[in-house]
Amino acid sequence: MSLADRTTFKRRLDDLGVTVTEGPRSACAELVDEAAGEPAVGVARAAAELPDRVETEPTTADLREAHTGVTAAELGVAAYGSVAIEADRAGTEPVSLFVDRHVVVLREADLVPDMPDAFEWLGPRARDESSDVVFATGPSATADMGGLVHGAHGPKEVHVVLLRDEEADGDAAGESGADGDAAGESGADESEATDDE
Amino acid sequence: MSSDASKADRIRELMATEGDAVAENTRGFNEGRIESTGRLDDYEELKGDAREIKEDAIGRLPELIDRVKESVEANGGTVYLADDAADANRYIAELTAEERDADRLVKSKSMTSEEIEVNEALEEEGVEVVETDLGEWVLQLADEAPSHIVAPAIHKSREGISELFAERFDLDDPPETAEELTMFARERLGELIEDADVGMTGANFIAADSGTMLLVTSEGNARKTVTATDTHVAVAGVEKLVPTVEDFAPFVELIGRSGTGQDVTSYISTLTPPVGSPVPDFRNDADPLADGSGDDRDFHLVLIDNGRMAMRHDEELKETLYCIRCSACSNACGNFQSVGGHAFGGETYSGGIATGWEAGIEGLDTAAEFNDLCTGCSRCVPACPVEIDIPWINTVVRDRINRGEVDSGQTDWLFEELVPDEEPAGLDLGTRVVGNYETVAKLGSLAAPIANRLADAGPLRALAERVTGIDRRRDLPEFASESLVDWFERRGGAAVPADDAAREAVLYPDTATNYVDVDRGKAAVRALEALGVHVRVPDLPGSGRPPLSQGMISTAKSSAEDAYAGLALHVDAGRDVVVVEPSDLAMFRSEYEKLLPASSFERLADASYDVMEYVFGLLENGGDPGALRAPAEGTGPVASGKRVAYHPHCQARTIGVGEHATAVMERLGYDVRVSETECCGMAGSFGYKTDYYELSMDVGEPLREQFGDTDRTVVASGTSCGEQLDALLGTPPMHPVELVAPRE
Repeated sequence: MSLADRTTFKRRLDDLGVTVTEGPRSACAELVDEAAGEPAVGVARAAAELPDRVETEPTTADLREAHTGVTAAELGVAAYGSVAIEADRAGTEPVSLFVDRHVVVLREADLVPDMPDAFEWLGPRARDESSDVVFATGPSATADMGGLVHGAHGPKEVHVVLLRDEEADGDAAGESGADGDAAGESGADESEATDDE
Repeated sequence: MSSDASKADRIRELMATEGDAVAENTRGFNEGRIESTGRLDDYEELKGDAREIKEDAIGRLPELIDRVKESVEANGGTVYLADDAADANRYIAELTAEERDADRLVKSKSMTSEEIEVNEALEEEGVEVVETDLGEWVLQLADEAPSHIVAPAIHKSREGISELFAERFDLDDPPETAEELTMFARERLGELIEDADVGMTGANFIAADSGTMLLVTSEGNARKTVTATDTHVAVAGVEKLVPTVEDFAPFVELIGRSGTGQDVTSYISTLTPPVGSPVPDFRNDADPLADGSGDDRDFHLVLIDNGRMAMRHDEELKETLYCIRCSACSNACGNFQSVGGHAFGGETYSGGIATGWEAGIEGLDTAAEFNDLCTGCSRCVPACPVEIDIPWINTVVRDRINRGEVDSGQTDWLFEELVPDEEPAGLDLGTRVVGNYETVAKLGSLAAPIANRLADAGPLRALAERVTGIDRRRDLPEFASESLVDWFERRGGAAVPADDAAREAVLYPDTATNYVDVDRGKAAVRALEALGVHVRVPDLPGSGRPPLSQGMISTAKSSAEDAYAGLALHVDAGRDVVVVEPSDLAMFRSEYEKLLPASSFERLADASYDVMEYVFGLLENGGDPGALRAPAEGTGPVASGKRVAYHPHCQARTIGVGEHATAVMERLGYDVRVSETECCGMAGSFGYKTDYYELSMDVGEPLREQFGDTDRTVVASGTSCGEQLDALLGTPPMHPVELVAPRE
């Protein structure tokens, strides 16, 4: 991930009509709370990642009723503004799909520059783990009814929560789930992606 | 091509009922493609990569089939290799109707499933089939066939869909806006998907190494189709296999851009089924979603042969298997833009590449029904992301159709003099007269005053229309009484002696320039000589373009050999070959690759130039622009003022010489507006044919809109473009070289 990738990624999402909010990992629950509508269901990757009001063990009825689905993305593709959603046993795919708004949580460290990088990443996962991954770019769309409409079958809106790495890149504390602490910059830098292009 | 009233009627009807919607959408897609691919720095490289992957994959397809079988089975799925449509349908029907006892199967969009007509087969077994792609659903409700391989309901208007919903669902207050219509469909289909038993998808690509299938979609219905059902059947032609997951990358970057002009579609699903997601149980919805039900999912990959393995061994049709069905060739095609896939298509596929698919899958008879609609304008060639020579596939199929259509009852002997070709007796006369245009032109020129007068005589035109299918509403080319070659000899040959010249060139006397539009040939000689070139205009055979356009490949090959033999001496002597007519230059630079030995093709291709490209090169290398004609105010037969409207020839654009004329004119101070239309619609002889006259005029309509009320001087480089522009605008355009050449 480079600064240029982040800038490109945000610009592409902006072009696609996708809202982006940013902050440190510690601000994840707060950012999701701001982005999610009501009622909300989600698949949590780590404890305390999502606000309490997001139902993380939904029934199918909860899913059907939900306005928002919150899931993690495994990867972001900067050049296209795409996020990789894994169709896993936890239900990430239905939670991201059978809702009006999809809130996607992506770590900046998981951003790659372009499509070939994404497929280099996917190759071993597909071969060794039979992973199922959907690269989603913006909301569901159709032009079959005489004009462009968002929300044909899938979500009408997409919101990306982009989490900055806590410490300096590649540092020891990096990967562990213990990222809830202060680090002094909580939410200070969160900002809506604006039409800066 | 013997004039078939029903064909012309059908085209007329489709232009009236569906033409506007198809034109608006396809032209939008085409502009989108140009913009979206223009944003790629490595577009050509990506196309090269994609092409290489496909060549490799089709080359070792049997090995990849074995490999994917292993991969899918290791993942817990099943692979069935179906010989043909009936075999595939039997397998799918047994699985869904008998084993699963399914009431409903939901489908995402798949052309391959259209090809095998699986819906009908399943419905016979009592399984309800629901198309979940919004466009496909509309067609299912309307009982119509797709008119476009990517946007199947492209021919339907918003109003038409609203009326359809009102009628089918008995609505007093039907949805009307695109938003309302979409939400209505979303809701209806959402319910149908929730209760479905089996989900069927196609596959855009399948990686043999992992059994991963890639689906390119935008609506999300394919995702829902797979997720909501515990049994997933994927139907795909065997040609969808690529070796590895990493091979997907260039296709993902190209397919949306090439088709509808989207950099990437909303969803690229890369599934290695059975997928891991739990199956939401919408009937007992109080249970937790993540209940481990994903472990019981069942997956069947049905790989379809249906003629494809035979196509692999057909050297000419094989390229069709590289097609990724992006629809670029449909959208870039002037004729397709006017009529859509209901005319320009066969049983399943539509657009330029459909000729290859339908010939390989259904047979020549099906391909013959629409193959004429490819005019060979070649605008699809640079648009194709896997670099398929689509016009060549059309030419080859036309040749096979010609040979298959031999009807010994025809009285060919009457025309023996006119048609000295190498084609089978009995070949349609219209085809042969056009194909032997060089001979017709030569005789016409010899008898010019009489021939031209006869050509205008009404009763004779009516006769000609009946016999040859040449529409009487077209002005026929008027033959010059003195050919360019004769004029050049009479004037005493070259005005610039070889000793004083920096370069020597042969001005190739193409048939149109030599016998019909001699003035542009004379202008070319003047322009070249003004720039210090020693010019020769030897008597040389035609390039073979007219017979090639009619699918008469043997005749074209023999012409190519003669033309090459005549030119080789000059190329050996270090002379450049300068060509006025772009369609003949395109023969030398492109089609001769298929007609001549490789080294001959390369030698001639390297030595030949479009006349404006050559003038451009001379100016770039120090030629004096002052020797050419700058814009002049005032009047006179060719006085033009400064403002010019230029329509580059379709094939000139494809071989990359469309823009040199613009550059030269601008360098001389002209203000040039360039047309955005891919092809004028005349496309050589196409627009002369009775069956296609109205279509050809319709294809030219955007040119009339762009240039119709302009006060600019209209220039065009192709002879047939000139005839078409004359018909559209009411004044004949001149060739750019006539604009810039010094006066006589």
